[in-house]
Amino acid sequence: MFKIITAKFLSPETKLFEIEAPRIAKKQKAGQFVILRVHSRGERIPLTIAGSDSEKGTITLIVQGIGKTTKLLNLLEAGDSISDAVGPLGKPSEIALYGTVAVIGGGVGTAIAYPTARAMKEAGNTVISIVGARSKDFVILEEEVRKVSDEFYLMTDDGTKGEKGFVTVKLAEILKSGRKLDYVLAIGPVPMMKAVAETTRSYNVKTVVSLNSIMVDGTGMCGGCRAIVGGASKFACVDGPEFDAHIVDFDAMMKRNSMYRGNEKVALERFALQEKDELERVRHECKLEGMSDGVDNK
Amino acid sequence: MNSKPKPELNPISLKDRMKILRQEMPENPPNERNKNFKEVNLGYELELTKVEAHRCLQCSSPACVKGCPVGVKVREFIELILAGDYLAAAAKIREDNVLPAITGRVCPQEDQCEGTCIVGKKNSSVAIGNLERFVADYERKVGKVGLPQRAKLTGKRVAIVGSGPAALSCSGDLVQKGHDVTVFEALHEIGGVLIYGIPEFRLPKDIVREEVENLKKMGVDFQTNVVVGRTVTIDELLNDEGYDAVFIATGAGLPQFLGIPGENLNGVYSANEFLTRVNLMRAYRFPEYDEPVYDVRGKDVVVVGGGNTAMDAVRTAKRLGANRAIIVYRRSEIEMPARKEEIKHAKEEGIEFMLLTNPVEFIDDGNGWLKAMKLIKMELGEPDESGRRSPVPVSGSEFEVPISAAIIATGTRANPLVQSTTPDLKTTRKGYIEVRDKTLKTSKKGVFAGGDIVTGGATVILAMGAGRTAAASIHEYLTGGIW
Repeated sequence: MFKIITAKFLSPETKLFEIEAPRIAKKQKAGQFVILRVHSRGERIPLTIAGSDSEKGTITLIVQGIGKTTKLLNLLEAGDSISDAVGPLGKPSEIALYGTVAVIGGGVGTAIAYPTARAMKEAGNTVISIVGARSKDFVILEEEVRKVSDEFYLMTDDGTKGEKGFVTVKLAEILKSGRKLDYVLAIGPVPMMKAVAETTRSYNVKTVVSLNSIMVDGTGMCGGCRAIVGGASKFACVDGPEFDAHIVDFDAMMKRNSMYRGNEKVALERFALQEKDELERVRHECKLEGMSDGVDNK
Repeated sequence: MNSKPKPELNPISLKDRMKILRQEMPENPPNERNKNFKEVNLGYELELTKVEAHRCLQCSSPACVKGCPVGVKVREFIELILAGDYLAAAAKIREDNVLPAITGRVCPQEDQCEGTCIVGKKNSSVAIGNLERFVADYERKVGKVGLPQRAKLTGKRVAIVGSGPAALSCSGDLVQKGHDVTVFEALHEIGGVLIYGIPEFRLPKDIVREEVENLKKMGVDFQTNVVVGRTVTIDELLNDEGYDAVFIATGAGLPQFLGIPGENLNGVYSANEFLTRVNLMRAYRFPEYDEPVYDVRGKDVVVVGGGNTAMDAVRTAKRLGANRAIIVYRRSEIEMPARKEEIKHAKEEGIEFMLLTNPVEFIDDGNGWLKAMKLIKMELGEPDESGRRSPVPVSGSEFEVPISAAIIATGTRANPLVQSTTPDLKTTRKGYIEVRDKTLKTSKKGVFAGGDIVTGGATVILAMGAGRTAAASIHEYLTGGIW
């Protein structure tokens, strides 16, 4: 059982959690992720770690409620526990002194980009951050990212906060102005990452993306997360999650990520009808604490 | 080690014993069982057990014992069955094998104890596996598992990496010898391949859980959600967490793909992923359970491979409602590495076999989903290094089969997570861990390795044997202190 210490909404559908996981907290580095299972009938989902406190023994996760499991997670409060958390998985971001680094976060991707932006700053880089969101209510971690950035740009699709436009508009502007970027990290929805890769390609800037593939174990055992990188099959969980954006086949990635769309819809509709039962399952199992795993074998 | 035979327990003459037919294992009917996940083999009733036990010749130098990788005292446990003391029979097996209810189900007995049985020379061999299963299940049913006594605590601590058959058997032996044992598992459930790999219909998960409970009662500490190599390293276990020795039993868990076009299409799975989704995550009960698996109901599915994992995957696909569930294997049936029983069960359940056939390409439906598979006919050429005749493609024999899902079960490789984070651990060219023959000592002091991570993909019983060997070797190291 992994106890939730803090739970607070950052935006209408995005919640921040601090979760007790001392072993993971001790080892976590920017760019790594955990796999969670909320209760005994839950699926395993990967979530990038937004930060950790090794003294408190906690990790920070920022969860956007999109599918069944993330929506269920966002119903949980401080004091609740989740059944499983394993990590830190994946290779850490390659932090080094590159020079000028642009860190681009789209939507909840900002939460994932933030620890890397901070680590890049600590490594002595000039950090330019571009944070994108649908509209002002969906902007997260603005202050945190601003603090670790030398330059900070906020973009919203509807212009309700910051400048209007996609993150790539700002990125293109910077590149066109003749400024030299040495490293670009983009984390967000696949179409955004693809657009960033296209924007930087002709400028020959090293560009890295973090792939949010569908995973089961997260340790290289199943191969469900395989992505085509440079024409070869790579496992996002152990070979990544960060890859050279210019050689990732984003179209194949989008197709693979749509594999369970039908199931996701079914699960979500079912969840809408029984939110309370699901929440009850989490809290009930939490009380039993290992007395039963709730599994049966019909 | 074997005691003297006790012929007085069996009044039937040796000659007459040879005439008794082998008692068939009762099974669920094929057309019912291929629609559910209930166990296929029902197990012997007491009467069948008694008859079968009377077939044993009680050899003074039993070949079956030599045929068993862990040396189970077969004749002695069968004599205890003849004497009507089934609990003692189970306890006798446990002296050499801590997981009898599991091995009684999944061991390839036909190649081991039963393969060397003298009765088998003229008649069918004694059904040793079925007898083992009977006494193990009897013991479970009466709830009196003969757990061995634990020796005086030594204060020595051993970390075991992985929780499959090698790890479980090693943990049982070490805790008996009085050492403190912690098992670290990456997944959320203990059992390794016994949980994520072997399906419910061949090995009910309750049995694995009971065996794990028994080990807990004996004092083994199990920690799930720990990926050694990520969450903690071998060096940290030894230097910071105070373990005196480490046993690496991580198995050969990395899936092998074919490297042919279209392999990343939606609908193409590794057997590991497909089986993990169904077995560990119970995707066959979606949406009651959250984890989905591709809905094969009414669809045609191909499984590539001829081993036990391929049989498990194809029979699982059938149970999930597949219309055609087809094995594609590049050699002929006699070369198939799967157990004969599994092949027989698969055929009975309506599995199709496309033998001497090899995959060439997975074909896209235009939207990223698999719609067909291009295959080619093969013929057998000269024997290769494994002694099996190697298949060669018949030119111009390509053909297409429309399918919606494909599962690749052509073997596994070593997972490099532990090795790559333990620099002074020597590995082979293929990434398996190098050990000194009998001791299972690795190149790193205090670290032992065994099971599939040393040998490559093998069987449950061989892994258990390695676990026992490692336990003996670790015990010697911990008490003698010599590396």
